[in-house]
Order: sequence, then C-alpha cells, then structure tokens
Amino acid sequence: MKKYASRIYLCIIFAILYIPILTLILFSFNDSESTASFTGFSLEWYRKLFSDEAAFVALRNTLILAVCSSALSTVIGTAAAEGIYRMRRKWFKTLVTSVTDVPMMNPDIVTGVSFMLFFAAVVGIFKISDYDDIGFFAMLIAHTTFCLPYVILNVLPRINELGNSLTEAALDLGCTPVQAFFKVKLPNIMPGVISGAVMAFTLSLDDFVISYFVSPSNFQTLPLLIYSMTKKTVKPDMYALSTLIIVTVFTLLILSNVKSFKKADKKARKGGKKV
Amino acid sequence: MKNKKSFMSSIAAAPHIFWAILFIVLPLLIVIVYAFTDPEGAFTLENVTSLKDYVSIFGLSIELSVIATFICLLVGYPLAYIIARSKPQHQKIFIMLLMLPMWTNLLIRTYSLMALLDDGGFINTVLGTSFHIVGTKGAVIFGMVYDFLPYMVLPIYTCVSKIDKHMWEVASDLGCNTVTTLTKVILPLSLSGIISGVTMVFVPSISTFYISQKLGGGTFELIGDTIERQFVTGAYNVGAAISLVMMILILISLGVMNYFTEENEGGIIP
Repeated sequence: MKKYASRIYLCIIFAILYIPILTLILFSFNDSESTASFTGFSLEWYRKLFSDEAAFVALRNTLILAVCSSALSTVIGTAAAEGIYRMRRKWFKTLVTSVTDVPMMNPDIVTGVSFMLFFAAVVGIFKISDYDDIGFFAMLIAHTTFCLPYVILNVLPRINELGNSLTEAALDLGCTPVQAFFKVKLPNIMPGVISGAVMAFTLSLDDFVISYFVSPSNFQTLPLLIYSMTKKTVKPDMYALSTLIIVTVFTLLILSNVKSFKKADKKARKGGKKV
Repeated sequence: MKNKKSFMSSIAAAPHIFWAILFIVLPLLIVIVYAFTDPEGAFTLENVTSLKDYVSIFGLSIELSVIATFICLLVGYPLAYIIARSKPQHQKIFIMLLMLPMWTNLLIRTYSLMALLDDGGFINTVLGTSFHIVGTKGAVIFGMVYDFLPYMVLPIYTCVSKIDKHMWEVASDLGCNTVTTLTKVILPLSLSGIISGVTMVFVPSISTFYISQKLGGGTFELIGDTIERQFVTGAYNVGAAISLVMMILILISLGVMNYFTEENEGGIIP
C-alpha cells in the first residue's frame, strides 16, 4: 500500500515536470503557427530554423564562449585551489574563499548588473569608442568569474583529501615543486578537475541572466536568442530550437550515465559471483 | 626556509586573487558607488531614500519566493526521500529524470509552462475551458516551484541517501513512534540538505525577472523586474541602490542560515 502511494506520488511529480516540455516538443512539429491546437505533422519549423543563420551563429558563439571560459576557469581555479590549500594564515584563507563564493551566493541579476556597470566604467576610462570591440572579452570575463567558484568547489576537497605526503615524497625523490605538482598531484586530483570543468562548461552554456546584462550587440548566445524569440508573435521556430537543445541534453545525460550504469552492472555481477 | 616554501606555493592562488579583486570586488564596489551618487557623479542619498517607493515590491517578492520555497520543500522532501529509498538502479533513473529539466534552459521551461497555462493555451484549448491562470500570483508561484524543484530535491536526496536504512528500526526500538522518528531523527539528520535546497530555491526565486514577466502576464512586478527595468531604461543609480539592498538582504539571510546549520551539525554529529 505504502509502496503504491509513493509510486503514484513519483508519477504525479514527474508528469507535472514533463508535460510542459513534452507539449513544447509536440508543437514544434505542428504544421500551423498555433501553439495550442495541433493541426498536423510537419517539419516546417525545423526547415525555417535551419535556414536562419542567426541560430547557427548563436550556437557557434555559445560553444566558443563555453569552451574558452571553462578552460580559463579550470586553469585559474585549479591553481587557486592548490594555493588556498597551502595558505598558512587562516584569516586570509577564509577571506579568499568567501570572496570567491560571492558570485555563487549572489543572485545572478546582481552579478550581471555589477558587470554591466564595471564594463561601462572600463569603456569610459579607456575611451573605447564601441562596446562591441571588447564585447567578447567582457562575456569571457563574466562567464569565467561565475564559473570559478564551482571549479574550486570541485577541486579543493580532492586536494584536502589527498593531503601532502605524496607531494613531499616526490620532493624527497628529487622532483622540483612544479614537477611534483604536474606529475604527482595533478593526476591524483584529476577527477575533481574534470568535474569542475564539466560544471563550468554547462553553467556557461546555460547562462542567461548574466549574459543578458553583459552581452554586446554583436555577440548573441543561444539563451539570448531564445529570449529574443519568445518576444516575437510567431514562435514555433523557438519551439524547434528548444526541442533540439532538449534532445541534445538528454542524449548527453544518457551517454554519461550509460558509462556509470555499465560500471555498476559490472560491480553487481562481480559481487554476485563472489557470493 | 619553510615559510619561504609555503609562500612560493601559495603563489599559485595569485592569479585567482588578482582576478577576484578585479572582477568580483571591484564591480561590487562600483555598484555601491552608483547607489550613492547621482547621474552627474555627485554624492547623494536620494537613490537610497527613494527605495521607500519599492517597499511593496520587495514585500511581494519576499512573499512569493518564501511561499514557493516552502512548497518546494513540502513537495520535494517526500520526493527525495522516496527516491533515496528505492532500488539503486531505479534511483539512477529517477535522478536522471530530475536532471534533465534542470539542464534544460530556464527560459525554455518557463516558456513551455506559460504556453500550457495561457488563456488561449493548450490546456484551455483541449479542455474547452477558460481558466485564467497566467497573470495571477498563483501562476508565478507555480512557475517558481516548477523551475526550481529539482534544486530542492537533489541536495536533500544526497543527504537522505547517506542516512542509515536501519535508523527507523533503531529509533522505534528506542521508543520513538513514526512522528517522533521523523522530527527527532530523520529531519535533523537531513538538515544540511534542506538548508542548501532552500538556498538554491530561494535566491533565484526572489531575484527572478523572467518567470514574473512570462507567468505574471505583466500584471505585477517583482524586484528582479524592477532592477531589469531600471537598467534597461538607463536609470543606473536607482537600479544599483535596489540591487545593493537585495544583495544585502540575501547575504544576511544566508549568513543566518549557515550559522544555524553549523551549530546544529555540531550538536548532532560530534
């Protein structure tokens, strides 16, 4: 009885979570402009989307930005985690980690607004005639900044867990500190570095609010494109774009899980054999 | 010698410290400067005193986001608990089903919900009814719950799945009934998950402007909408003052919550 009640509860919640997304996918295949009554199946909106250059430019921009900002934040963040681990003065350590966490704690809109004012000041001070000229770098700086705390959050626990003995052993055996870090420590904390990088990448892909306040007119990302599309009266092309994004996310999620499913399966089988 | 070594290796953090000062601290300082100056750059308290016009908007934002957070907790806790108690291979699937909406862009989720609930939307068309949902407070709260529920469930799930399965038996052996087991054992043990869930729902809810734009149907304004409008129309100084107040409010409430969890954790787990 109790089991059935919890099953029903799960079904209801997941139904509520998925019905809006599924209707959106359904109407991306509608053959009329309506998003309320389904008149027939067609791929018209996908054809429209693929003939629209803006979508491809936005996709390219989003990917370039996500790759650059996640790479930059992973390098700076991993080095920072190592440095924070080494810090002797406790107050300084606390200060650095709290300032780092600010973009994570602050609402996105405040971070976005603060960057908007900051870059306005930069434009004023350096007498830059056109904001578009520094627009990409502004976006890169903004994205790297809000990704940094997540990288450190993923790497620092690994470094703490690993401790110092391996590095010291490497130093005793004749490594320079730099060699000890790259040859001994980095391979050991790699899982944390990778999950930090993946998290930074997805956060950058997904960000709308901060980009909304920072983006120049010549650098549109996918979330910004979707935002401008929802302001139009005819929207099924936005439905088509959203459907493609959802399918991509779904595929990536399944792929990343199949790996761990297989691992779990192997483990379970091994355990079974032992018994 | 040893001090020198320690200094040398903490230099690894130098780029980050430089970055944080330039791109975290400095922009926030500029927000503060804007909040206390007029468009000509002269010092003024006018922006801060003009905030009294926005008290009702602040109140409404707090009201809606608190209700949404509470509903998320009420709906999300049992969900997290059920998932954590199901078979391991099912757990994976359920968590994946939660992650998919979370990874789908917020704009898409909010928009799809609006298209469903709108006056001429899918539900009203299919049922032939004329429910007026979009444009009400309820719709905005529902939108917040819909968008942020996974953020509540995942941290609680992580926390609950670590609690020993035999805790219920142990508690009942020691004289607890179902209710006291829940309130005295299970809930306190999952408190850290609850706190991070509440934070992850409350902060984006109180600062949202997209959800209220779409599901509020333009009938009322939340604090995020006000900030967005000020900046789009070029009233940077007032916008900065409002942002500053919102930031302070949120940082204080986060600080208070962290203070309580740390104390409680110390009490339960030695």
